[in-house]
Amino acid sequence: MRTLKLLLQKELIQIVRDPSILRLLFIMPMVQLLIMPLAADYEIKKINLGVVDHDHTQYSQRLVDKIISSGYFRLKDYSPTFPKALQAIASDKTDLVLEIPTHFERDLIQENKAPLLVSIDAINGIKAGLGGAYIQQIIQEYNQDVRDQWLQTPRFNPQPTIEVTFSDWYNPNMNYKVFMVPGILVMLLTIIGSSFAANNIVREKEMGTIEQINVSPIKKWQFILGKLIPFWILAMGVLTFGLIIARLVYGIVPVGHYIDIYIFAAIYLLAILGFGLLLSTYAQTQQQSFIVSFFITMILNLLSGLFTPIESMPQWAQIITKFNPITYFIEVMRMVMLKGSGLADIKSQIFAILGFAVFFNTWAILNYRKRSG
Amino acid sequence: MEKEKVITAKELTKRFGDFTAVDKITFDVEKGEIFGFLGANGAGKTTAMRMLCGLSLPTSGTATVAGLDVYKQNELIKKRIGYMSQKFSLYEDLTIRENIRFYAGIYGLRDDKIKEKTNILLKQLNLEGQEKTLVRDLPLGWKQKLSFSIAIVHDPAIVFLDEPTGGVDPITRREFWSLIYEASAKGITVFVTTHYMDEAEYCNRVTIMVDGRIDALDSPANLMKEYDTTSMDGVFLQLARKAVRKGD
Amino acid sequence: MKQFLIFIKKEWLHIWRDRRTLVILIWMPVVQILLYGFALTTEVKNSNIAIFDQSRDEATTTISDEIAASRYFSLVQNVYSYNEIGETFRKGKIRMAVVFPRNFRYDLLHANHAQIQLIADASDPNTANTLTNYATSIINDYQQTLNPGEDQPYTINTQTRMLYNPELKGAYSFVPGVMALVLMLVCAMMTSIAIVKEKEEGTMEILLVSPVKPFLIIIAKTIPYLFVSMLNVACILLLSVFVLDVPLVGSLWLLIAESTLFTITSLSLGILISNGAKTQRAAQLASMMSLFLPTLLFSGFLFPVENMPVSLQVISNIVPAKWFYIIVKNIMIKGLGFSYVWKETLVLVGMTVLLLGISVKNFKIRLA
Repeated sequence: MRTLKLLLQKELIQIVRDPSILRLLFIMPMVQLLIMPLAADYEIKKINLGVVDHDHTQYSQRLVDKIISSGYFRLKDYSPTFPKALQAIASDKTDLVLEIPTHFERDLIQENKAPLLVSIDAINGIKAGLGGAYIQQIIQEYNQDVRDQWLQTPRFNPQPTIEVTFSDWYNPNMNYKVFMVPGILVMLLTIIGSSFAANNIVREKEMGTIEQINVSPIKKWQFILGKLIPFWILAMGVLTFGLIIARLVYGIVPVGHYIDIYIFAAIYLLAILGFGLLLSTYAQTQQQSFIVSFFITMILNLLSGLFTPIESMPQWAQIITKFNPITYFIEVMRMVMLKGSGLADIKSQIFAILGFAVFFNTWAILNYRKRSG
Repeated sequence: MEKEKVITAKELTKRFGDFTAVDKITFDVEKGEIFGFLGANGAGKTTAMRMLCGLSLPTSGTATVAGLDVYKQNELIKKRIGYMSQKFSLYEDLTIRENIRFYAGIYGLRDDKIKEKTNILLKQLNLEGQEKTLVRDLPLGWKQKLSFSIAIVHDPAIVFLDEPTGGVDPITRREFWSLIYEASAKGITVFVTTHYMDEAEYCNRVTIMVDGRIDALDSPANLMKEYDTTSMDGVFLQLARKAVRKGD
Repeated sequence: MKQFLIFIKKEWLHIWRDRRTLVILIWMPVVQILLYGFALTTEVKNSNIAIFDQSRDEATTTISDEIAASRYFSLVQNVYSYNEIGETFRKGKIRMAVVFPRNFRYDLLHANHAQIQLIADASDPNTANTLTNYATSIINDYQQTLNPGEDQPYTINTQTRMLYNPELKGAYSFVPGVMALVLMLVCAMMTSIAIVKEKEEGTMEILLVSPVKPFLIIIAKTIPYLFVSMLNVACILLLSVFVLDVPLVGSLWLLIAESTLFTITSLSLGILISNGAKTQRAAQLASMMSLFLPTLLFSGFLFPVENMPVSLQVISNIVPAKWFYIIVKNIMIKGLGFSYVWKETLVLVGMTVLLLGISVKNFKIRLA
């Protein structure tokens, strides 16, 4: 064990002596955590509206007013012709154009039917879908207002109606940050952890110090463990730092227990670092190990349910997510932080991640050769 | 008198695919010898040494180091040998003392012994008071001498040196070789590869490798007589003319 | 000039010899496109739900069946108490629960009024909103069937037309984004690492002693990556058009020209980073944090920039990818010409000049 202790001492000294690493390790995540959650918001808030009103009547004006007062839309363009309004969409000034034809008021009141034309910039499908839905909803309401005005509506509603009530559990303020911050923390830990670990052994290879290790009696597992543990300590530090920021800046406090997160994180980091070390044993240059670890980590991050829901993925992709350690951590983070899930609830995830940790580290140790071919 | 053989090699061969880097070499090294492996770049010296150190698995042939078999007792061998390569093996971002502590420690020296050795080493290299200097800040010559001293800090039976004096001035080279002599006097066998022919004259015996084969094996004096020349350079030029492989 | 070419050749050999890295550089965009095209979508589908039916009558069963049959939902469990709902949520098994009260049908037919409660796991607000919207519309459809429709008077008929992307395909939005991301990664990240590597190995000094102007040496380092990037752009465009059915409506030449410009901007960024980093490790981390993540966030293809707080919107302006995204979107999807992208182009040109200027200055200072 003395050998291991010596290895750990050496690694720690090297890390502490490199100021850029410590800076990057803590400042970068902090900056990311401060900026990312603010940016990572899918919620569509305001849609830019363009209006072409050929009618210029009280009714058309009321419609436009109603749309604007809904709060979903911002009136950004009021063009006299449709082609001009289209230009506004083309130049990203507006997202949606409402064209009110001439005789709108007259057709509605006298002919009982009036058309409206809505054109939507559909490049962002979600935005377009929501925008269309919102404006439809407002137009319906407006329509009902008109009907109410002209028809005698009996007080007692003769038609059966179903009232739908909504309850939002676990995030009553529907705050996207609460949802994203834990996930972003996981992503940062993964990127930092794996790229560090991947870089490390290769660096010694490139510098030549690894030969001296190979020619000495240091055992393989001592060597790998000697690399693993210091990074593990650092990563846990970054995790703590991240959780502190989450609490101080965003007021995010886990509904569950911190200890559960730490237990899972401890094992998760072993898995991720092990993965990085494994890559390191295969790579010949730092450039290589970096790009490979980056590539794989990026794909795994995308396929983890962090940015897009897993249920929406096709079968084959969902299967891949099952083999992705990040998926499990994201699940656990959200479960423990937002829903108060406990150790018993995350049992299966813990087993899975334990499996990954054993798998990667064992492979790394086996693959590392002190003696080449 | 039969001196104890610390290294034996019989038909030792290393092939990389179609390329035979080391071609059936056979030789012995006696205890306490300073044994030189000479040859041009690409002749196979480093490859041969790496097989003996346990860094590379031989393709065929046999070899023993300190009485242990290189195939099966590889890890045991590592406890008994020291090594210094042309690329630096010391950690640049650690101090002299930290480097000594690390390497001495992994070879099993106890803390008090390490302390003792550190003081001796610093004195020997005229680096007293400098133990807290980062290796990165040492001039090249000092780094090399330090590397060597650390390579033998655990009193190994054999120390392997791979082109140890590349790039230093002649004075430092001489100082380096006096360190080697001291080690040899203590009973440490020194196995050194080099392409500096003048260093050959410092060795007890040398081999000259050409195209992966050993083309000469004897003391420098004998070789110079055999090839009728007054310097090892002369010996080498005659042998090297036969070389098929160009150096890298 | 000839010497410059020799340098370029050497740099090219470096990249070519490192096959593993090269392979990844070329495959990366392909994999991304395929992933985004076929696996990743912010659409909500097959969400796991549970139903707590306290009535078990004809009406609730019909509505439940409709909901379960919808492609948005996947009914995984029938629960029998509110506690059970909480437990299932905590175990992460469902995203929404539908609760029918007792005597649902009776109330509906006799009192003309009944309630349904939708409980959503709002830890993901977007999904929660979308799910409740879908469920509500299914419920509304059922409600319609109870009132056989006569044409109501005073009806406004709204016709909706989706422009540029009639099928609302996600691909239209992210292909430009992937282009920006990949170019940024290959050019900026890889270049900065390559330059720093030379510094770390000490061979940079040797190069600086040669008769070629120092800055040209740096430029030579970037040229092979320029080439690889163009290859990447070609791959992305081919895949998008032929595999994802994303049309290239505008001018191909203009797109290529703009891509080249953005590539140069990215390369300049890479050079700037390499000036600051002393070790490869530092360059790697720095590029990841200051290139990859900001590009991912602020280019606009994943998260709409207009949603972000104003301070972030301002920050997003210094991310070159944001401008490039707009340019590509406008040319490729909207089919617009230069008159619509000249502003953004100017911004990119300005950024490039600024970045190169700072790099040259830094370089000179260090040499002096």
